[in-house]
Amino acid sequence: MELLDWSLISSTIRMVTPILLAALGGALCARVGIFNVGLEGLVLVGAFSAIVGNHFTGSLFLAILFAALVCVLFSLLFAYMTIGLRANEIVVGVAINFLALGLTTFALRAIFGVKGAFYDKEMAGLPKLDIPVIKDIPVLGDIFSGHSPLVYLAFIAAIVLYLFFYRTVTGFRVLAVGLSPVAARSLGLKVTGLQVLAITMCGILCGVAGAQLSLGQVTMFTEGMTAGRGFIALVAMMMGQSHPLGILASSFLFGLMDALSIRLQGLSLPTQFTSMLPYVLTIIAMFFVKEKSQAGGRGQSSR
Amino acid sequence: MTHRLEMKQMTKKYGEFTANDQVSLTLEAGEVHAIVGENGAGKTTLMRMLYGMEQPTAGEILLNGKPVSFRGPNDAIRNGIGMVHQHFMLFGEFSVAENIVIGYEPKQAGFFRRKEAVEKVSALSEQYRIPINPQARVSTCSVGEQQRVEILKVLYQGADIIVLDEPTAVLTPLEVKDLLQTIRNLAASGKSVILITHKLQEVMEVSDRITVLRGGRVTGTVSRHETNVDDLARLMVGRELEELSQRIPLEGKRLLHVDQVTVREKQTLLDNVSFAVHHGEIVGIAGVSGNGQSELLQVISGLRPVQAGKIHLAGADVTNKSVESIRQAGLAHIPEDRYMWGTAKQESVEENALMGYQRKPDYYRRGVILRDAFRQVVRGWVDRFAIKTGSRQLQELAGNLSGGNLQKLIVARELGQETPLLVAAEPTRGVDIGAMEYIHQALIEKRNSGDGILLVSSELSEILALSDRILVMYKGRIAGELARSEATEEKISVLMAGGNVHGSDQRAV
Repeated sequence: MELLDWSLISSTIRMVTPILLAALGGALCARVGIFNVGLEGLVLVGAFSAIVGNHFTGSLFLAILFAALVCVLFSLLFAYMTIGLRANEIVVGVAINFLALGLTTFALRAIFGVKGAFYDKEMAGLPKLDIPVIKDIPVLGDIFSGHSPLVYLAFIAAIVLYLFFYRTVTGFRVLAVGLSPVAARSLGLKVTGLQVLAITMCGILCGVAGAQLSLGQVTMFTEGMTAGRGFIALVAMMMGQSHPLGILASSFLFGLMDALSIRLQGLSLPTQFTSMLPYVLTIIAMFFVKEKSQAGGRGQSSR
Repeated sequence: MTHRLEMKQMTKKYGEFTANDQVSLTLEAGEVHAIVGENGAGKTTLMRMLYGMEQPTAGEILLNGKPVSFRGPNDAIRNGIGMVHQHFMLFGEFSVAENIVIGYEPKQAGFFRRKEAVEKVSALSEQYRIPINPQARVSTCSVGEQQRVEILKVLYQGADIIVLDEPTAVLTPLEVKDLLQTIRNLAASGKSVILITHKLQEVMEVSDRITVLRGGRVTGTVSRHETNVDDLARLMVGRELEELSQRIPLEGKRLLHVDQVTVREKQTLLDNVSFAVHHGEIVGIAGVSGNGQSELLQVISGLRPVQAGKIHLAGADVTNKSVESIRQAGLAHIPEDRYMWGTAKQESVEENALMGYQRKPDYYRRGVILRDAFRQVVRGWVDRFAIKTGSRQLQELAGNLSGGNLQKLIVARELGQETPLLVAAEPTRGVDIGAMEYIHQALIEKRNSGDGILLVSSELSEILALSDRILVMYKGRIAGELARSEATEEKISVLMAGGNVHGSDQRAV
């Protein structure tokens, strides 16, 4: 088995999806001035509810919708605690993560009566979309065609978010809230409303990210199956400076590492070693992540 | 006859405390109405009620004869009242045009039409002759430009009444001139301007009528032609201002010696700066801010290393020594930015006062700070400088004190060190006339007792009132030196702008 070939890129695109979606959600929160550490938990909840939705409705569309809905509820809890009760967002985020881990494990037993993992061979995973024309082009077809719809949705989401931030009035105001809540409030902008809006949108994105994990890549749920992808999304978000296109690039890097670690297992390297790859990259990435707030926008403090 | 704005018998109480007591005010179209008063006189409270940020306890606001009540800034803005806050409400990362139109963006189907925004802003800028570059990033704009952005923003929002809260506090003398011209232009085009300030010179230059507040009450509403600076000061303070103490002629020994100091970062910030401060002397440093004064202070007080040159304090070499050892060698420092260098906002008044005293043998024994002993000292300062600490007294958070009161606390703390050298940067920034008088008096007394003071101030009047010698900084160099007897505002201004003054030789110590 070769280390590098075209299918590596194809699997990168698959692996990048949950990270990208969650990172975009995190960016929305970051842009309104809230550092959402709870991405990991939200994605996990999304992954579990997607399976639940699929199991009980039998419809993939409803399953994804259900996952998004449950995640929105979770993120509203986050919003209520951080904005409503003014609790520290890091603490609330960590709490959300543990709550998600415990609750999904508990619900796994309560709903499906199993421990560790739930798998049902009757259950259908997300279909593979073949894109006409492109699928017939030799290399491009292998890379870009035949992914689950959510993969394409993730890339569209990045572009939509870019347009939202930099082309629409609401997006402009969202950015304003993050840059200076005090100034935004003095202008009569609805700061709280915009923050809740961003957190809700983050919930939707995390729900879809979870659905891709449990229905797109595999068709099962295992306890803690996010395995730190929410945290990697957080790093991808910071590396991408909360800019949708920057995040697209940084998520790709992490997706590549994810895909590479699986590929390396095929080369009889120990699993424990290869699965370190994304995290090693995370640590390296931290050296290059600069706190953006210190870089610019300090003009008005020059009194 | 109806006024454009009438505030009738406005009263605002916070619990027992009455911030505004039956304050009445009228404003006509095309009028510039100044509201002056010391810190805590109730100017800000009055304006917050007008702007809907506070609800009055009693009183009535009439707009063009109709009673109105505002529940928030939005209501006020909709009714044509705009406020330019003392601390700008701008987004540094956004462009000038974006900052102006925000909240009322030109749009189409939810999409932000930035081109249209730029066009509208350009048109507005020409209409009111307020020059700006709509596409510049605000963080790259000077403070004066940022203020013009704020003024254009309220005009864009359709304000007929523009409230300017301490607008000149942050500006250079040249920018102040431009601003006063802008205010006159606005009034000439029919806008009404409320100018909140405690700088009486500017008030006399630009306003039509003046309302003076003291302790929450109106002590007088006068027309500019019937008054002068002294009368206004008397109305503000409630008594005659006292003359500063005579300065005793003193010939002291050299105390601070800055010798060919150079600081280089990306560019040269201090270029071969040499001067001395003697015992019994106040040396004033004037200059447009950003010409090396901040760096010079930081170098002397040990906050920034020098790349070349020597600094001697009371005979000891203190070049690149730690702040603590320089302070021990005999330096106290009133820093220029009270929030960044001077205080910890999240700590109490007492803890802030303690800073720098924690190792003095009087208040420190075997690793324990003797708080009770120190508390007496702080109480003394609070009484002497009339520091308003709020309901929790010494335990009040420093951040809850008004800027002027915090400044007084810092001045008291640094004077209390009784060091031979005091470095005083903007010692009266944001404090009212009464406190300014007190601080100036304290500095003169310190000088008369034989100590040296290095004074940096952007207020030329302060430099001229206090200094024995005046150095002017321009682009990191000492551009000129003037003795007290020969110094005038004109000569200093010329040097500040990089010009040359005849008769001033460039003495280097």
